[in-house]
Amino acid sequence: VTHRFRDLLALEPLNADELTFLLDQSKPFQEIQRHPLKKLATLRGKTVALAFFENSTRTRLSFGTAASRLGADTMNLQAEASSLKKGESLLDTVHTLDAMKPDCLVLRHAASGAADFVARHLDIPVINAGDGTHEHPSQGLLDALTIRDRKGSIANLNVTILGDIQHSRVARSNIHMLGKFGCRFTLCGPAMWVPRELEKIGAPGVSIRRVFRIEEALEGADVVLVLRVQTERLHEPALSADDYILLYQLSGERLRRAQPDALVLHPGPMNRGIEITPEVADSAQSCVLDQVTNGIAVRMALLFLLTAGDSENAEHPAAEVQAPKNRRSTDVKDPSHASR
Amino acid sequence: MRIVEKAQLMSASEIDRTLQRLAHEIVEKSGGTKHLALIGIRRRGVPLAQRIAQAMRGIDGVDVPVGTLDITLYRDDLSKVASHAVLQSSDISFGVDNMDLVLVADVLYTGRTIRAAMNGLFDLGRPKRVSLCVLIDRGHREMPIESQFTGRVVQTSPTEIIEVRLREIDNEERVVLVDRVD
Repeated sequence: VTHRFRDLLALEPLNADELTFLLDQSKPFQEIQRHPLKKLATLRGKTVALAFFENSTRTRLSFGTAASRLGADTMNLQAEASSLKKGESLLDTVHTLDAMKPDCLVLRHAASGAADFVARHLDIPVINAGDGTHEHPSQGLLDALTIRDRKGSIANLNVTILGDIQHSRVARSNIHMLGKFGCRFTLCGPAMWVPRELEKIGAPGVSIRRVFRIEEALEGADVVLVLRVQTERLHEPALSADDYILLYQLSGERLRRAQPDALVLHPGPMNRGIEITPEVADSAQSCVLDQVTNGIAVRMALLFLLTAGDSENAEHPAAEVQAPKNRRSTDVKDPSHASR
Repeated sequence: MRIVEKAQLMSASEIDRTLQRLAHEIVEKSGGTKHLALIGIRRRGVPLAQRIAQAMRGIDGVDVPVGTLDITLYRDDLSKVASHAVLQSSDISFGVDNMDLVLVADVLYTGRTIRAAMNGLFDLGRPKRVSLCVLIDRGHREMPIESQFTGRVVQTSPTEIIEVRLREIDNEERVVLVDRVD
């Protein structure tokens, strides 16, 4: 099965075959991370625009490294340094970037739906690198790839997600990813961060339950996804950091309730001693550094799939008429309509 | 446009004999199998490399390591093919430094695939020597690349296509010359 991906805005609209295809296409790029010479010339002459309207160090570094290892150049837009402060609209800013003729736009924005909105206005592929509390698809993919490598499969696992799930696009992308493979989810955290409507965010049939005692939530888990606690959201009297540690911190002792071979994932950066103890973070069950390495492979695969071959200098421009743009909410275009 | 079969170039037994001969030639020219390894270029170079390695077992009684190489990321025509390119894994589990590597492909034509394969190989290290083994050399080179171990040289016109069909991939075993006719 081959697919032509136009953009990558979310994992929710993709089916299990399409998601498996994306994981499989990341495999060759995992091998390249082990090569002594990691730089390819595959996307030589292409430019990837990195537009980060929200602070991010690792995701931007990961996409930038992925682009550079494929031989592409990058343009960097950082919110602080940009004219956003001067009142330019999001659309004007991305149109300005687009006028500099990048071949792909990687967008991070604090507003949910920003990537979808921008994609509807641009002709170049758009990759969502995190939009508000909506999705962070490349993170969902790299987490799944990490789990698949360690466990051999991502089918039918018990996944426990700990922390501020309400505000977490990482949690949503993981649920939309792993839910398609029959994984069952247990959400655990302070009640204000785990509202009842989260039970309904998966596709029909995806099992999502809320549990408020961490010991119970960890019982039998195959995968524990620890979310970063935004320390600015911890405050007296609602919830102090000490209370959070007491009630929800993942410690070695608590982790023993999970399966003996349970994996611990964290999207980073970790607050050691808040949501996770150093003992767990550095244990053999922790996949944190694998996640970082796999992040580059997944992002190389996405950049390759979306930008290779869409060159305006394609050899037979007359023979390949650009298909009229007909964007729907789904990101995957029928391959027969995508040739240009 | 139709594709018509013009001739059969090799039967199953001819393919088998040719691979036996190529295995002998490689062992003879390499002066020993100690640092020798075969690299099959995806797709049909892979079963060919495995069969040559199998034949070498019969000659020298040694296991020559076989790796596989996917050259998609190194192609110079990606802009034309990438929209339907599906990446396969390369699998070279041994170090290539100081090795005597033989690239194995089904057909040598423009030489661009071999150029791409060499770029891929050199990302893995610095082999001592790289040589090329092909089942068919059909001419029309666009690169200064030649094979050291050649199954058969076939004169072709540019519209003709040589199809190497192998039982591992195609469920049949022969080499045919086909042509495009309007």
